[in-house]
Amino acid sequence: MNETSLRRSQAVAKGLTYLFLIAGSVLMIFPFVWMILTSLKTLAESMQVPPTILPAKAVFENFTYAVTSLPFVNLYINTILLIFFRVVCAIAFSSMAGYAFAKLKFRGKNLLFGLVLVQMMMPSQIFIIPQYQMLASVSLTNSIFALVFPGIVSAFGTFFLRQSYLGIPNEIGEAAYLDGCNQWQTFTKVMAPLTGNSVAALTIFTAVFAYADLMWPLVVNTDINMMTLSSGLATLKGQFTTNYPVLMAGSLLAMIPMLVLYLFFQKQFVEGIAMTGGK
Amino acid sequence: MFQKQTLAEKREQRWAYLMVAPTIIGLLVLNYYPLADTIRLSFSRTQTFGRSTFNGIENYITMFSTPEFWKATWNTVLFCILTVPVGIAIALLVAVLLNAKVKFKSGFRAIYFLPMVVAPAAVAMVWRWMFNGQYGIINTILGRQVNWLTNPNTAVVACAVVAIWSALGYDAVLLMSGLQNISKTYYEAASIDGASRVRQFFSITLPMISPTLFVTLIMRLMASLKVYDLIYMMIDTSNPVLPDVQSLMYLFYREAFVAGNKGYAAAICIWTIALIGIVTAVQFIGQKKWVNYEV
Repeated sequence: MNETSLRRSQAVAKGLTYLFLIAGSVLMIFPFVWMILTSLKTLAESMQVPPTILPAKAVFENFTYAVTSLPFVNLYINTILLIFFRVVCAIAFSSMAGYAFAKLKFRGKNLLFGLVLVQMMMPSQIFIIPQYQMLASVSLTNSIFALVFPGIVSAFGTFFLRQSYLGIPNEIGEAAYLDGCNQWQTFTKVMAPLTGNSVAALTIFTAVFAYADLMWPLVVNTDINMMTLSSGLATLKGQFTTNYPVLMAGSLLAMIPMLVLYLFFQKQFVEGIAMTGGK
Repeated sequence: MFQKQTLAEKREQRWAYLMVAPTIIGLLVLNYYPLADTIRLSFSRTQTFGRSTFNGIENYITMFSTPEFWKATWNTVLFCILTVPVGIAIALLVAVLLNAKVKFKSGFRAIYFLPMVVAPAAVAMVWRWMFNGQYGIINTILGRQVNWLTNPNTAVVACAVVAIWSALGYDAVLLMSGLQNISKTYYEAASIDGASRVRQFFSITLPMISPTLFVTLIMRLMASLKVYDLIYMMIDTSNPVLPDVQSLMYLFYREAFVAGNKGYAAAICIWTIALIGIVTAVQFIGQKKWVNYEV
Protein backbone atom coordinates (compact mmCIF):
# COMPACT_ATOMS: atom_id res chain seq x y z
CA MET A 1 0.00 0.00 0.00
CA ASN A 2 1.42 3.37 -0.93
CA GLU A 3 1.27 6.54 1.10
CA THR A 4 -1.70 8.21 -0.63
CA SER A 5 -3.99 5.20 -0.62
CA LEU A 6 -3.19 4.60 3.04
CA ARG A 7 -4.08 8.17 3.84
CA ARG A 8 -7.23 7.91 1.79
CA SER A 9 -8.36 4.75 3.60
CA GLN A 10 -7.70 6.47 6.91
CA ALA A 11 -9.84 9.41 5.83
CA VAL A 12 -12.62 7.02 4.81
CA ALA A 13 -12.39 5.23 8.17
CA LYS A 14 -12.60 8.55 9.97
CA GLY A 15 -15.57 9.62 7.89
CA LEU A 16 -17.38 6.36 8.57
CA THR A 17 -16.68 6.69 12.29
CA TYR A 18 -18.28 10.13 12.41
CA LEU A 19 -21.12 9.04 10.20
CA PHE A 20 -21.94 6.16 12.50
CA LEU A 21 -21.56 8.17 15.69
CA ILE A 22 -23.71 11.02 14.42
CA ALA A 23 -26.40 8.67 13.09
CA GLY A 24 -26.39 6.89 16.45
CA SER A 25 -26.66 10.19 18.30
CA VAL A 26 -29.67 11.16 16.22
CA LEU A 27 -31.33 7.87 17.16
CA MET A 28 -30.52 8.48 20.82
CA ILE A 29 -31.86 12.03 20.87
CA PHE A 30 -34.81 11.65 18.53
CA PRO A 31 -37.25 10.16 21.12
CA PHE A 32 -36.62 13.16 23.38
CA VAL A 33 -37.15 15.61 20.53
CA TRP A 34 -40.30 13.81 19.51
CA MET A 35 -41.52 13.96 23.09
CA ILE A 36 -41.05 17.74 23.19
CA LEU A 37 -42.65 18.28 19.78
CA THR A 38 -45.66 16.09 20.58
CA SER A 39 -46.20 17.75 23.95
CA LEU A 40 -46.65 21.07 22.13
CA LYS A 41 -49.25 19.76 19.65
CA THR A 42 -52.99 19.66 20.02
CA LEU A 43 -54.54 16.21 20.30
CA ALA A 44 -56.02 16.58 16.81
CA GLU A 45 -52.70 17.54 15.31
CA SER A 46 -50.88 14.69 17.00
CA MET A 47 -53.20 12.25 15.25
CA GLN A 48 -52.71 13.61 11.75
CA VAL A 49 -51.56 11.13 9.15
CA PRO A 50 -48.90 11.72 7.99
CA PRO A 51 -47.73 13.45 11.18
CA THR A 52 -46.49 17.00 11.17
CA ILE A 53 -42.93 17.39 12.40
CA LEU A 54 -43.19 20.81 13.99
CA PRO A 55 -46.41 21.77 15.74
CA ALA A 56 -48.54 24.08 13.58
CA LYS A 57 -48.85 26.32 16.60
CA ALA A 58 -47.15 25.51 19.89
CA VAL A 59 -49.78 25.01 22.58
CA PHE A 60 -49.17 24.58 26.28
CA GLU A 61 -52.57 23.20 27.24
CA ASN A 62 -51.15 19.67 27.52
CA PHE A 63 -48.93 20.78 30.37
CA THR A 64 -51.96 22.32 32.06
CA TYR A 65 -53.87 19.05 31.70
CA ALA A 66 -50.97 17.03 33.04
CA VAL A 67 -50.49 19.33 36.02
CA THR A 68 -54.20 19.44 36.87
CA SER A 69 -54.70 15.68 36.64
CA LEU A 70 -51.58 14.77 38.60
CA PRO A 71 -50.33 16.58 41.72
CA PHE A 72 -46.94 17.30 40.18
CA VAL A 73 -45.77 19.48 43.05
CA ASN A 74 -46.26 16.58 45.44
CA LEU A 75 -44.58 14.20 43.04
CA TYR A 76 -41.55 16.46 42.82
CA ILE A 77 -41.38 16.89 46.58
CA ASN A 78 -41.80 13.15 47.23
CA THR A 79 -39.15 12.27 44.69
CA ILE A 80 -36.73 14.86 46.07
CA LEU A 81 -37.28 13.65 49.64
CA LEU A 82 -36.90 10.03 48.57
CA ILE A 83 -33.61 10.82 46.85
CA PHE A 84 -32.39 13.01 49.69
CA PHE A 85 -32.96 10.45 52.45
CA ARG A 86 -31.70 7.54 50.38
CA VAL A 87 -28.51 9.43 49.57
CA VAL A 88 -27.93 10.63 53.13
CA CYS A 89 -28.52 7.15 54.58
CA ALA A 90 -26.39 5.44 51.95
CA ILE A 91 -23.48 7.80 52.48
CA ALA A 92 -23.60 7.93 56.28
CA PHE A 93 -24.09 4.23 56.98
CA SER A 94 -22.01 2.93 54.10
CA SER A 95 -19.09 5.24 54.93
CA MET A 96 -19.06 4.05 58.52
CA ALA A 97 -19.35 0.39 57.67
CA GLY A 98 -17.03 0.64 54.68
CA TYR A 99 -14.36 2.26 56.85
CA ALA A 100 -14.70 -0.35 59.58
CA PHE A 101 -14.53 -3.22 57.09
CA ALA A 102 -11.50 -1.74 55.35
CA LYS A 103 -9.45 -0.40 58.21
CA LEU A 104 -10.46 -1.83 61.59
CA LYS A 105 -9.81 -5.21 63.13
CA PHE A 106 -12.73 -6.95 64.79
CA ARG A 107 -13.99 -10.41 65.43
CA GLY A 108 -16.55 -11.75 62.95
CA LYS A 109 -15.50 -9.27 60.27
CA ASN A 110 -15.46 -11.82 57.44
CA LEU A 111 -18.81 -13.23 58.41
CA LEU A 112 -20.40 -9.79 58.59
CA PHE A 113 -18.84 -8.73 55.32
CA GLY A 114 -20.20 -11.95 53.85
CA LEU A 115 -23.68 -10.69 54.72
CA VAL A 116 -22.96 -7.58 52.67
CA LEU A 117 -21.67 -9.53 49.67
CA VAL A 118 -24.51 -12.04 49.61
CA GLN A 119 -27.12 -9.28 49.76
CA MET A 120 -25.53 -7.62 46.73
CA MET A 121 -26.04 -10.75 44.67
CA MET A 122 -29.75 -11.01 45.40
CA PRO A 123 -32.31 -9.22 43.25
CA SER A 124 -34.33 -6.69 45.23
CA GLN A 125 -37.65 -8.27 44.26
CA ILE A 126 -37.04 -11.14 46.64
CA PHE A 127 -37.39 -8.74 49.59
CA ILE A 128 -40.32 -6.78 48.32
CA ILE A 129 -43.34 -8.73 49.64
CA PRO A 130 -42.12 -8.96 53.26
CA GLN A 131 -40.88 -5.35 53.16
CA TYR A 132 -44.32 -4.29 52.07
CA GLN A 133 -46.01 -6.42 54.72
CA MET A 134 -43.79 -4.99 57.46
CA LEU A 135 -44.86 -1.49 56.54
CA ALA A 136 -48.50 -2.46 56.08
CA SER A 137 -48.64 -4.15 59.48
CA VAL A 138 -47.72 -0.88 61.19
CA SER A 139 -49.78 1.26 58.78
CA LEU A 140 -46.76 3.07 57.42
CA THR A 141 -47.56 2.71 53.74
CA ASN A 142 -48.29 5.92 51.84
CA SER A 143 -45.49 7.81 53.49
CA ILE A 144 -42.06 9.18 52.67
CA PHE A 145 -40.62 6.70 55.14
CA ALA A 146 -42.15 3.87 53.11
CA LEU A 147 -40.49 5.15 49.94
CA VAL A 148 -37.08 5.34 51.61
CA PHE A 149 -37.46 2.11 53.60
CA PRO A 150 -35.70 -0.53 51.42
CA GLY A 151 -32.80 1.85 50.83
CA ILE A 152 -32.02 2.83 54.41
CA VAL A 153 -28.87 0.77 54.25
CA SER A 154 -26.95 -0.07 51.13
CA ALA A 155 -24.91 -3.24 50.83
CA PHE A 156 -23.62 -2.03 47.51
CA GLY A 157 -22.61 1.32 49.00
CA THR A 158 -20.79 -0.44 51.82
CA PHE A 159 -18.90 -2.61 49.38
CA PHE A 160 -18.13 0.32 47.13
CA LEU A 161 -16.86 2.65 49.87
CA ARG A 162 -14.86 -0.15 51.47
CA GLN A 163 -12.98 -0.37 48.16
CA SER A 164 -12.34 3.33 48.39
CA TYR A 165 -11.02 3.12 51.98
CA LEU A 166 -8.83 0.18 51.05
CA GLY A 167 -7.13 2.48 48.58
CA ILE A 168 -6.05 4.90 51.32
CA PRO A 169 -2.66 3.98 52.83
CA ASN A 170 -2.81 2.80 56.44
CA GLU A 171 -0.05 5.24 57.38
CA ILE A 172 -2.46 8.16 57.08
CA GLY A 173 -4.77 6.68 59.70
CA GLU A 174 -1.86 5.74 61.93
CA ALA A 175 -0.46 9.26 61.76
CA ALA A 176 -3.81 10.69 62.81
CA TYR A 177 -4.00 8.18 65.64
CA LEU A 178 -0.55 9.18 66.88
CA ASP A 179 -1.63 12.80 66.76
CA GLY A 180 -4.25 11.88 69.34
CA CYS A 181 -7.33 11.32 67.19
CA ASN A 182 -9.62 8.55 68.39
CA GLN A 183 -11.10 6.13 65.87
CA TRP A 184 -14.13 8.29 65.25
CA GLN A 185 -12.08 11.43 64.71
CA THR A 186 -9.67 9.57 62.44
CA PHE A 187 -12.64 8.47 60.42
CA THR A 188 -14.57 11.73 60.21
CA LYS A 189 -11.71 14.24 60.08
CA VAL A 190 -9.01 12.39 58.17
CA MET A 191 -10.25 9.37 56.24
CA ALA A 192 -13.80 10.20 55.13
CA PRO A 193 -12.79 13.46 53.38
CA LEU A 194 -10.38 11.44 51.23
CA THR A 195 -13.21 9.40 49.70
CA GLY A 196 -14.89 12.40 48.05
CA ASN A 197 -14.88 11.01 44.52
CA SER A 198 -16.40 7.72 45.56
CA VAL A 199 -19.00 9.44 47.72
CA ALA A 200 -19.94 11.64 44.75
CA ALA A 201 -20.25 8.57 42.54
CA LEU A 202 -22.37 6.79 45.13
CA THR A 203 -24.58 9.87 45.47
CA ILE A 204 -25.27 9.99 41.75
CA PHE A 205 -25.79 6.24 41.53
CA THR A 206 -28.20 6.21 44.48
CA ALA A 207 -30.11 9.24 43.20
CA VAL A 208 -30.51 7.92 39.67
CA PHE A 209 -31.72 4.53 40.83
CA ALA A 210 -34.10 5.93 43.44
CA TYR A 211 -35.56 8.20 40.77
CA ALA A 212 -35.89 5.39 38.21
CA ASP A 213 -37.36 2.79 40.56
CA LEU A 214 -40.91 1.89 39.65
CA MET A 215 -42.07 -1.31 41.35
CA TRP A 216 -41.50 -0.31 44.96
CA PRO A 217 -43.17 3.13 44.87
CA LEU A 218 -46.04 1.66 42.86
CA VAL A 219 -46.57 -1.02 45.49
CA VAL A 220 -46.08 0.91 48.68
CA ASN A 221 -47.60 4.32 47.99
CA THR A 222 -50.94 3.98 46.27
CA ASP A 223 -52.19 7.41 47.32
CA ILE A 224 -51.65 9.68 44.35
CA ASN A 225 -50.34 12.47 46.58
CA MET A 226 -47.61 10.22 47.94
CA MET A 227 -46.32 8.90 44.63
CA THR A 228 -42.97 9.55 42.97
CA LEU A 229 -42.54 10.97 39.48
CA SER A 230 -42.09 7.44 38.09
CA SER A 231 -45.11 5.87 39.70
CA GLY A 232 -47.18 9.02 39.11
CA LEU A 233 -46.37 8.79 35.43
CA ALA A 234 -47.54 5.18 35.39
CA THR A 235 -50.82 6.41 36.82
CA LEU A 236 -51.11 9.19 34.26
CA LYS A 237 -50.76 6.51 31.60
CA GLY A 238 -53.89 4.87 32.95
CA GLN A 239 -55.86 8.15 32.87
CA PHE A 240 -54.89 9.41 29.43
CA THR A 241 -54.47 6.11 27.65
CA THR A 242 -54.48 7.58 24.17
CA ASN A 243 -53.99 11.28 24.74
CA TYR A 244 -50.32 11.25 23.87
CA PRO A 245 -49.69 15.00 23.90
CA VAL A 246 -50.68 15.06 27.57
CA LEU A 247 -48.65 11.93 28.30
CA MET A 248 -45.63 13.51 26.59
CA ALA A 249 -46.09 16.70 28.59
CA GLY A 250 -46.23 14.66 31.80
CA SER A 251 -43.17 12.60 30.87
CA LEU A 252 -41.29 15.76 30.02
CA LEU A 253 -42.19 17.32 33.37
CA ALA A 254 -41.03 14.13 35.11
CA MET A 255 -37.65 14.07 33.42
CA ILE A 256 -36.76 17.76 33.32
CA PRO A 257 -35.11 17.98 36.77
CA MET A 258 -32.77 15.08 36.07
CA LEU A 259 -32.07 16.32 32.55
CA VAL A 260 -31.10 19.75 33.84
CA LEU A 261 -28.79 18.22 36.45
CA TYR A 262 -27.33 15.98 33.77
CA LEU A 263 -26.70 18.95 31.50
CA PHE A 264 -24.52 20.56 34.16
CA PHE A 265 -22.88 17.47 35.62
CA GLN A 266 -22.80 15.09 32.67
CA LYS A 267 -19.16 14.18 33.25
CA GLN A 268 -19.81 13.32 36.90
CA PHE A 269 -22.95 11.37 36.00
CA VAL A 270 -21.28 9.27 33.33
CA GLU A 271 -18.12 8.65 35.28
CA GLY A 272 -19.92 8.15 38.59
CA ILE A 273 -22.29 5.55 37.22
CA ALA A 274 -19.55 3.85 35.21
CA MET A 275 -17.32 3.81 38.31
CA THR A 276 -20.02 2.20 40.45
CA GLY A 277 -21.08 -0.21 37.73
CA GLY A 278 -17.63 -1.32 36.67
CA LYS A 279 -16.86 -2.92 39.99
CA MET B 1 2.86 -3.16 77.02
CA PHE B 2 0.98 -6.29 76.01
CA GLN B 3 -1.89 -5.31 78.28
CA LYS B 4 -2.11 -1.85 76.79
CA GLN B 5 -2.21 -3.14 73.23
CA THR B 6 -5.16 -5.40 73.84
CA LEU B 7 -6.90 -2.47 75.43
CA ALA B 8 -6.36 -0.43 72.26
CA GLU B 9 -7.47 -3.37 70.20
CA LYS B 10 -10.58 -3.74 72.28
CA ARG B 11 -11.34 -0.09 71.82
CA GLU B 12 -10.85 -0.45 68.08
CA GLN B 13 -13.14 -3.43 68.03
CA ARG B 14 -15.83 -1.53 69.92
CA TRP B 15 -15.67 1.30 67.40
CA ALA B 16 -15.83 -1.20 64.56
CA TYR B 17 -18.99 -2.80 65.90
CA LEU B 18 -20.59 0.59 66.41
CA MET B 19 -19.76 1.61 62.88
CA VAL B 20 -21.01 -1.52 61.16
CA ALA B 21 -24.06 -1.81 63.42
CA PRO B 22 -26.51 0.33 61.38
CA THR B 23 -25.65 -1.46 58.16
CA ILE B 24 -25.72 -4.94 59.63
CA ILE B 25 -28.94 -4.37 61.57
CA GLY B 26 -30.44 -2.81 58.45
CA LEU B 27 -29.42 -5.77 56.30
CA LEU B 28 -30.88 -8.22 58.78
CA VAL B 29 -34.19 -6.38 59.08
CA LEU B 30 -34.55 -5.20 55.51
CA ASN B 31 -33.01 -8.09 53.59
CA TYR B 32 -32.28 -11.25 55.53
CA TYR B 33 -35.56 -11.44 57.40
CA PRO B 34 -37.49 -10.71 54.15
CA LEU B 35 -35.42 -13.32 52.33
CA ALA B 36 -36.36 -15.96 54.88
CA ASP B 37 -39.94 -14.75 54.86
CA THR B 38 -40.19 -14.95 51.05
CA ILE B 39 -38.93 -18.51 51.16
CA ARG B 40 -41.46 -19.33 53.89
CA LEU B 41 -44.24 -17.60 51.93
CA SER B 42 -43.46 -19.67 48.86
CA PHE B 43 -44.48 -22.72 50.92
CA SER B 44 -47.63 -21.05 52.22
CA ARG B 45 -51.13 -20.21 51.17
CA THR B 46 -52.01 -16.56 51.58
CA GLN B 47 -55.14 -15.83 53.52
CA THR B 48 -56.92 -12.65 54.41
CA PHE B 49 -55.23 -10.01 56.58
CA GLY B 50 -51.77 -11.10 55.50
CA ARG B 51 -51.94 -14.39 57.39
CA SER B 52 -50.72 -17.53 55.75
CA THR B 53 -50.69 -21.25 56.39
CA PHE B 54 -48.10 -23.83 55.44
CA ASN B 55 -49.09 -25.78 52.37
CA GLY B 56 -45.91 -27.56 51.37
CA ILE B 57 -44.84 -27.37 47.75
CA GLU B 58 -48.34 -26.65 46.51
CA ASN B 59 -47.38 -23.24 45.10
CA TYR B 60 -44.55 -24.80 43.16
CA ILE B 61 -46.81 -27.54 41.82
CA THR B 62 -49.35 -24.94 40.73
CA MET B 63 -46.60 -22.86 39.20
CA PHE B 64 -45.01 -25.67 37.21
CA SER B 65 -48.39 -26.77 35.88
CA THR B 66 -49.49 -23.28 34.81
CA PRO B 67 -48.89 -22.48 31.12
CA GLU B 68 -48.88 -18.74 31.91
CA PHE B 69 -45.84 -19.25 34.13
CA TRP B 70 -43.91 -21.21 31.49
CA LYS B 71 -44.86 -18.60 28.93
CA ALA B 72 -43.51 -15.86 31.22
CA THR B 73 -40.28 -17.81 31.69
CA TRP B 74 -39.91 -18.20 27.95
CA ASN B 75 -40.76 -14.50 27.41
CA THR B 76 -38.00 -13.55 29.84
CA VAL B 77 -35.46 -15.82 28.15
CA LEU B 78 -36.54 -14.58 24.71
CA PHE B 79 -36.18 -11.00 25.90
CA CYS B 80 -32.59 -11.77 26.94
CA ILE B 81 -31.83 -13.49 23.64
CA LEU B 82 -33.20 -10.53 21.69
CA THR B 83 -31.56 -7.79 23.73
CA VAL B 84 -28.29 -8.96 25.27
CA PRO B 85 -26.15 -10.14 22.29
CA VAL B 86 -27.29 -7.37 19.93
CA GLY B 87 -27.16 -4.72 22.65
CA ILE B 88 -23.64 -5.61 23.72
CA ALA B 89 -22.41 -5.86 20.13
CA ILE B 90 -23.68 -2.36 19.36
CA ALA B 91 -22.31 -1.05 22.66
CA LEU B 92 -18.90 -2.50 21.79
CA LEU B 93 -18.99 -0.87 18.37
CA VAL B 94 -19.88 2.50 19.92
CA ALA B 95 -17.17 2.07 22.55
CA VAL B 96 -14.51 1.25 19.95
CA LEU B 97 -15.49 4.22 17.79
CA LEU B 98 -15.56 6.58 20.77
CA ASN B 99 -12.20 5.26 21.91
CA ALA B 100 -10.64 6.35 18.60
CA LYS B 101 -9.44 9.91 18.21
CA VAL B 102 -12.74 11.69 17.66
CA LYS B 103 -13.81 15.24 18.35
CA PHE B 104 -16.65 15.91 20.80
CA LYS B 105 -15.89 12.59 22.47
CA SER B 106 -17.45 13.56 25.79
CA GLY B 107 -20.41 15.09 23.97
CA PHE B 108 -21.09 11.86 22.10
CA ARG B 109 -20.63 9.89 25.28
CA ALA B 110 -23.13 12.09 27.11
CA ILE B 111 -25.68 11.67 24.32
CA TYR B 112 -25.44 7.88 24.26
CA PHE B 113 -25.62 7.81 28.04
CA LEU B 114 -28.73 10.00 28.18
CA PRO B 115 -31.38 7.24 28.62
CA MET B 116 -29.59 6.13 31.77
CA VAL B 117 -30.42 9.29 33.71
CA VAL B 118 -34.10 9.58 32.85
CA ALA B 119 -36.73 7.36 34.44
CA PRO B 120 -37.57 4.25 32.38
CA ALA B 121 -41.21 5.13 32.95
CA ALA B 122 -40.81 8.37 31.00
CA VAL B 123 -38.68 6.76 28.32
CA ALA B 124 -41.16 3.94 27.73
CA MET B 125 -43.95 6.48 27.35
CA VAL B 126 -42.44 8.17 24.31
CA TRP B 127 -41.55 4.82 22.73
CA ARG B 128 -45.15 3.68 23.14
CA TRP B 129 -46.16 6.75 21.25
CA MET B 130 -43.58 6.21 18.51
CA PHE B 131 -44.61 2.56 18.17
CA ASN B 132 -48.30 3.47 18.07
CA GLY B 133 -49.95 1.47 15.28
CA GLN B 134 -52.17 4.24 13.93
CA TYR B 135 -50.29 7.48 14.42
CA GLY B 136 -46.79 6.37 15.39
CA ILE B 137 -43.80 7.99 13.72
CA ILE B 138 -42.07 4.63 13.29
CA ASN B 139 -44.78 3.36 10.99
CA THR B 140 -44.65 6.64 9.08
CA ILE B 141 -40.90 6.28 8.58
CA LEU B 142 -41.18 2.63 7.59
CA GLY B 143 -44.19 3.36 5.41
CA ARG B 144 -45.90 0.31 6.89
CA GLN B 145 -48.95 -0.30 9.00
CA VAL B 146 -47.70 -2.48 11.87
CA ASN B 147 -49.61 -2.74 15.12
CA TRP B 148 -46.41 -3.03 17.08
CA LEU B 149 -47.79 -3.22 20.58
CA THR B 150 -50.90 -5.26 19.97
CA ASN B 151 -49.34 -8.06 17.96
CA PRO B 152 -47.58 -10.68 20.14
CA ASN B 153 -44.60 -11.09 17.80
CA THR B 154 -43.89 -7.43 17.24
CA ALA B 155 -44.58 -6.39 20.84
CA VAL B 156 -41.57 -8.39 21.98
CA VAL B 157 -39.45 -6.77 19.29
CA ALA B 158 -40.64 -3.30 20.28
CA CYS B 159 -39.75 -3.93 23.93
CA ALA B 160 -36.36 -5.29 22.87
CA VAL B 161 -35.63 -2.18 20.80
CA VAL B 162 -36.39 0.08 23.75
CA ALA B 163 -34.27 -2.07 26.07
CA ILE B 164 -31.28 -1.98 23.73
CA TRP B 165 -31.66 1.76 23.21
CA SER B 166 -31.85 2.33 26.98
CA ALA B 167 -28.82 0.25 27.95
CA LEU B 168 -26.56 1.11 25.03
CA GLY B 169 -24.76 4.10 26.53
CA TYR B 170 -24.23 2.49 29.91
CA ASP B 171 -22.71 -0.65 28.42
CA ALA B 172 -20.61 1.42 26.02
CA VAL B 173 -19.17 3.49 28.88
CA LEU B 174 -18.28 0.32 30.81
CA LEU B 175 -16.60 -1.14 27.74
CA MET B 176 -14.74 2.12 27.06
CA SER B 177 -13.10 1.92 30.46
CA GLY B 178 -11.84 -1.52 29.45
CA LEU B 179 -10.59 -0.24 26.09
CA GLN B 180 -8.65 2.56 27.72
CA ASN B 181 -6.56 0.00 29.57
CA ILE B 182 -5.24 -1.57 26.37
CA SER B 183 -1.74 -0.29 25.73
CA LYS B 184 -1.33 1.65 22.46
CA THR B 185 1.94 -0.19 21.77
CA TYR B 186 0.03 -3.32 20.71
CA TYR B 187 -1.70 -1.40 17.97
CA GLU B 188 1.49 0.33 16.90
CA ALA B 189 3.27 -3.01 16.60
CA ALA B 190 0.34 -4.46 14.66
CA SER B 191 0.27 -1.49 12.27
CA ILE B 192 3.96 -1.89 11.54
CA ASP B 193 3.32 -5.53 10.77
CA GLY B 194 0.61 -4.40 8.35
CA ALA B 195 -2.43 -5.70 10.22
CA SER B 196 -5.67 -4.09 9.07
CA ARG B 197 -8.03 -2.30 11.47
CA VAL B 198 -10.45 -5.20 11.34
CA ARG B 199 -7.68 -7.68 12.01
CA GLN B 200 -6.47 -5.52 14.92
CA PHE B 201 -9.95 -5.52 16.40
CA PHE B 202 -10.23 -9.30 16.38
CA SER B 203 -6.62 -10.08 17.36
CA ILE B 204 -5.96 -7.34 19.93
CA THR B 205 -9.07 -5.49 21.03
CA LEU B 206 -11.41 -8.44 21.46
CA PRO B 207 -9.09 -10.68 23.52
CA MET B 208 -7.86 -7.74 25.58
CA ILE B 209 -11.33 -6.47 26.39
CA SER B 210 -12.83 -9.90 27.05
CA PRO B 211 -12.73 -9.55 30.88
CA THR B 212 -14.67 -6.25 30.73
CA LEU B 213 -16.95 -7.73 28.10
CA PHE B 214 -17.67 -10.60 30.44
CA VAL B 215 -18.56 -8.31 33.36
CA THR B 216 -20.82 -6.23 31.11
CA LEU B 217 -22.47 -9.38 29.79
CA ILE B 218 -23.16 -10.75 33.26
CA MET B 219 -24.61 -7.44 34.47
CA ARG B 220 -26.78 -7.04 31.40
CA LEU B 221 -28.04 -10.63 31.64
CA MET B 222 -28.91 -10.27 35.32
CA ALA B 223 -30.75 -7.00 34.67
CA SER B 224 -32.59 -8.45 31.66
CA LEU B 225 -33.75 -11.54 33.54
CA LYS B 226 -35.30 -9.16 36.11
CA VAL B 227 -36.92 -6.90 33.51
CA TYR B 228 -40.17 -5.38 34.68
CA ASP B 229 -40.59 -1.61 34.48
CA LEU B 230 -40.10 -1.29 30.75
CA ILE B 231 -42.61 -4.00 29.86
CA TYR B 232 -45.01 -2.71 32.50
CA MET B 233 -44.97 0.72 30.88
CA MET B 234 -45.06 -0.52 27.29
CA ILE B 235 -47.77 -3.18 27.64
CA ASP B 236 -50.87 -2.33 29.69
CA THR B 237 -52.53 -4.93 31.86
CA SER B 238 -55.56 -4.66 29.57
CA ASN B 239 -53.51 -5.30 26.43
CA PRO B 240 -54.45 -8.74 25.03
CA VAL B 241 -50.81 -9.53 24.16
CA LEU B 242 -49.79 -9.29 27.81
CA PRO B 243 -49.46 -13.09 28.29
CA ASP B 244 -47.17 -13.21 25.26
CA VAL B 245 -44.87 -10.48 26.49
CA GLN B 246 -45.01 -10.37 30.27
CA SER B 247 -41.75 -11.24 32.00
CA LEU B 248 -41.40 -13.28 35.18
CA MET B 249 -41.10 -10.16 37.30
CA TYR B 250 -44.20 -8.65 35.70
CA LEU B 251 -46.10 -11.84 36.51
CA PHE B 252 -44.65 -11.69 40.02
CA TYR B 253 -45.86 -8.11 40.47
CA ARG B 254 -49.36 -8.95 39.24
CA GLU B 255 -49.69 -12.05 41.38
CA ALA B 256 -48.28 -10.40 44.52
CA PHE B 257 -49.83 -6.96 44.42
CA VAL B 258 -52.76 -7.08 42.02
CA ALA B 259 -54.16 -10.59 42.50
CA GLY B 260 -52.95 -10.90 46.10
CA ASN B 261 -51.49 -14.39 45.72
CA LYS B 262 -48.38 -13.63 47.75
CA GLY B 263 -47.41 -17.25 48.31
CA TYR B 264 -47.60 -18.07 44.62
CA ALA B 265 -45.77 -14.84 43.78
CA ALA B 266 -43.01 -15.76 46.24
CA ALA B 267 -42.57 -19.07 44.43
CA ILE B 268 -42.23 -17.21 41.12
CA CYS B 269 -39.63 -14.99 42.73
CA ILE B 270 -37.61 -17.96 44.02
CA TRP B 271 -37.77 -19.51 40.56
CA THR B 272 -36.52 -16.30 38.94
CA ILE B 273 -33.59 -16.19 41.31
CA ALA B 274 -32.79 -19.82 40.57
CA LEU B 275 -32.91 -18.97 36.87
CA ILE B 276 -30.54 -16.03 37.37
CA GLY B 277 -28.25 -18.30 39.36
CA ILE B 278 -28.21 -20.96 36.65
CA VAL B 279 -27.61 -18.49 33.82
CA THR B 280 -24.81 -16.79 35.77
CA ALA B 281 -23.20 -20.13 36.62
CA VAL B 282 -23.31 -21.16 32.95
CA GLN B 283 -21.65 -17.88 32.02
CA PHE B 284 -18.91 -18.37 34.59
CA ILE B 285 -18.21 -21.87 33.27
CA GLY B 286 -18.40 -20.74 29.65
CA GLN B 287 -16.07 -17.79 30.21
CA LYS B 288 -13.04 -20.11 30.37
CA LYS B 289 -13.47 -20.64 26.65
CA TRP B 290 -13.33 -17.01 25.62
CA VAL B 291 -12.26 -14.68 28.42
CA ASN B 292 -8.57 -13.90 28.41
CA TYR B 293 -7.09 -12.96 31.78
CA GLU B 294 -3.42 -13.27 30.80
CA VAL B 295 -2.38 -9.69 30.36
